[in-house]
Amino acid sequence: MPAPLVEVKHLKKYFKTPRGDLHAVDDVNLSINQGETLGVVGESGCGKSTLGRTILRLVPHTSGEVLFEGKNILSYDTRQMKALRQDMQMIFQDPYASLDTRFTVSQIIEEPLKICRKEMGKADREKRVKELMDTVGLAQRFVNAYPHELDGGRRQRIGVARALALNPKFIVCDEPVSALDVSIQAQILNLIMDLQEDMGLSYMFITHDLSVVKHISNNIAVLYLGQCIEHAPTEELFANPIHPYTKALLAAIPIPDPSKRSEDREIIRGEVTSPINPPQGCRFAARCPYAGDECRGKPIELKETRPGHFVACMKFF
Amino acid sequence: MGVDMNQNAEKLLDIKDLSITYITDDATIYAVNGLNMELYRGETLGLVGETGAGKTTTALAIMRLLPDRIGKITSGSIRFDDVDVTAASEAEMRTLRGERISMIFQDPMTCLNPVLTIGDQIAEVLESHGITSKEELSKRVDNILTLVGLPPERKNEYPHQFSGGMKQRVDIAIALACEPQLLLADEPTTALDVTIQAQVLALMKELRQKFNTSMLLITHDLGVVAEVCDRVAIMYAGEIIEYGTVWEIFSGTEHHPYTKGLFGSIPSMSEGQRRLRPIDGLMPDPAVQLQGCPFASRCPQCSDRCTAEKPASHRAAGGNIIKCHLFEGEDAGGGNDAGTAG
Ligand SMILES: Nc1ncnc2c1ncn2[C@@H]1O[C@H](COP(=O)(O)OP(=O)(O)O)[C@@H](O)[C@H]1O
Ligand SMILES: Nc1ncnc2c1ncn2[C@@H]1O[C@H](COP(=O)(O)OP(=O)(O)O)[C@@H](O)[C@H]1O
Ligand SMILES: [Mg+2]
Ligand SMILES: [Mg+2]
Repeated sequence: MPAPLVEVKHLKKYFKTPRGDLHAVDDVNLSINQGETLGVVGESGCGKSTLGRTILRLVPHTSGEVLFEGKNILSYDTRQMKALRQDMQMIFQDPYASLDTRFTVSQIIEEPLKICRKEMGKADREKRVKELMDTVGLAQRFVNAYPHELDGGRRQRIGVARALALNPKFIVCDEPVSALDVSIQAQILNLIMDLQEDMGLSYMFITHDLSVVKHISNNIAVLYLGQCIEHAPTEELFANPIHPYTKALLAAIPIPDPSKRSEDREIIRGEVTSPINPPQGCRFAARCPYAGDECRGKPIELKETRPGHFVACMKFF
Repeated sequence: MGVDMNQNAEKLLDIKDLSITYITDDATIYAVNGLNMELYRGETLGLVGETGAGKTTTALAIMRLLPDRIGKITSGSIRFDDVDVTAASEAEMRTLRGERISMIFQDPMTCLNPVLTIGDQIAEVLESHGITSKEELSKRVDNILTLVGLPPERKNEYPHQFSGGMKQRVDIAIALACEPQLLLADEPTTALDVTIQAQVLALMKELRQKFNTSMLLITHDLGVVAEVCDRVAIMYAGEIIEYGTVWEIFSGTEHHPYTKGLFGSIPSMSEGQRRLRPIDGLMPDPAVQLQGCPFASRCPQCSDRCTAEKPASHRAAGGNIIKCHLFEGEDAGGGNDAGTAG
């Protein structure tokens, strides 16, 4: 059994809004093993990015714990946090928006080194930047280029190089390929997988694309309105989805095979509702064709159905 | 649907040898290069390709909405039913756009007016089609909203009060308000979540059957294509490099090297293979007019001839049409439309 590198316990992140508390992340429990990838899926607004950012302490949490190598980092002070920053990094969906566009490629990649490796000289930094560019497959001729001069795939490679600069152990990848064309997406996915193999990295891979998450993850957590409603090893989740929302999500993916055309596939009605002061009980109940009285009024716990497969549903478990 | 009847079916859209350039301050962009395409009544054609392939440009040309002065059709013809789009007067085009062809854009925000209620926007379209009685307008608006799965009570709300999926449905409602013969749908579900995408695709299928609308569905999602299209055109750097029925493209054995690369790039939901097989490199610079095959620089099977000479279209054994030197001399059967793939 690999040891968990990251454990999230009862994590909550509420945003204050004029209309009440917005439950962006609401009592999430999960763990990520050393050298493995946890895929986090769910529709827009379900709290994926907020979960990733709260784990990395890029936004303050409301309550709960995040254990990194067994220690609760949410109680760390600034100095402890600064040391930890090097171990935890993030790769963003839109490399263009997340890179400082006034900087050249080399300036962007070396920035974390300048901040966290003050002992490093200019020559060493330059050497490290070259190394990182090789690692992520960016030709050296781009060293003085600006992000706007490069295509989306290369920009994402800069984002990856920058995230790798300090040799992190854990990277939150927030929709890193969602803005890319498929042929470029495949190049970046291969890169992310190769890096994991070579460096033993652990990932939390956030996406709304289930075929991507299936491809890259060891385990998958399905989020709905701030809550994890199902959590299982990848093969298991795709073979035996239990929660009606997971099933609906899987059924909704168009399969690139016309013989699997589903003229009468079950389509769930309605859309994700407001996460502001959500009602007690199953958040999916409003859209769920099977929901009954037992699904409403009280919190539904995530329970283990088989080893490693957790689900929060009153009807099917 | 559609495909087998095409022998007798009526051609609604016929594009021949279309080339379009954008002239900007620093370059001439060769966006569409000798494109051929046809679309029959009631048929859905999927136009597939990556960013920059020229899909939106093609759709805008059909509507004759290319940006003034910058975008120019440099050769070829576009025929819509009885209208020669490249030669028609602006008045004729307005009628065409208002009554016979509608377009849905990728970002539903762009074509909804933020200061008009949803109901008023639909009514405006209907009014421009000569419906003037208040009661009739109100009834038609309610019908259309119901048709796309929105409660008619919400017609007095403004666009910002709707979610992305709802706005896209309002967009579709407006596009359908005049029951067009041709719907140009430019990545209509790309910005939507999968469960909402499934709702919108189901809606589009239903309406297409109901009104026998022809549809040009622009997408980069091969799953969406397999789900709704009768025929498929694969576009690369302004050219259609492969063309066939959805079965020929998805199940045939012979394909353009680019098509193979595209399919190798998508993470499969069923196969166990871990490393993907992406296409190396990038699309060629659209500011350079190419001598040979546009895919040559990325093609694993490229030969000297490919960079020097544009390949012709050849019909593969499966029936699909491939624009690639590798298939020369292989033309199966003398289908008289063997030259129709761009
Ligand atoms: N800074 C913020 N202030 C208020 N609400 C926010 C903020 N960031 C995110 N939210 C809300 O939190 C919820 C979850 O958002 P997010 O984590 O971005 O979801 P996802 O990444 O799954 O699309 C959404 O309802 C979103 O509107
Ligand atoms: N208004 C414009 N001015 C200059 N170039 C343009 C303009 N619109 C599109 N292009 C260029 O034309 C090519 C085709 O673009 P487009 O039709 O939008 O492709 P797609 O829809 O397949 O992504 C691209 O190289 C794009 O950059
Ligand atoms: Mg997000
Ligand atoms: Mg486009």
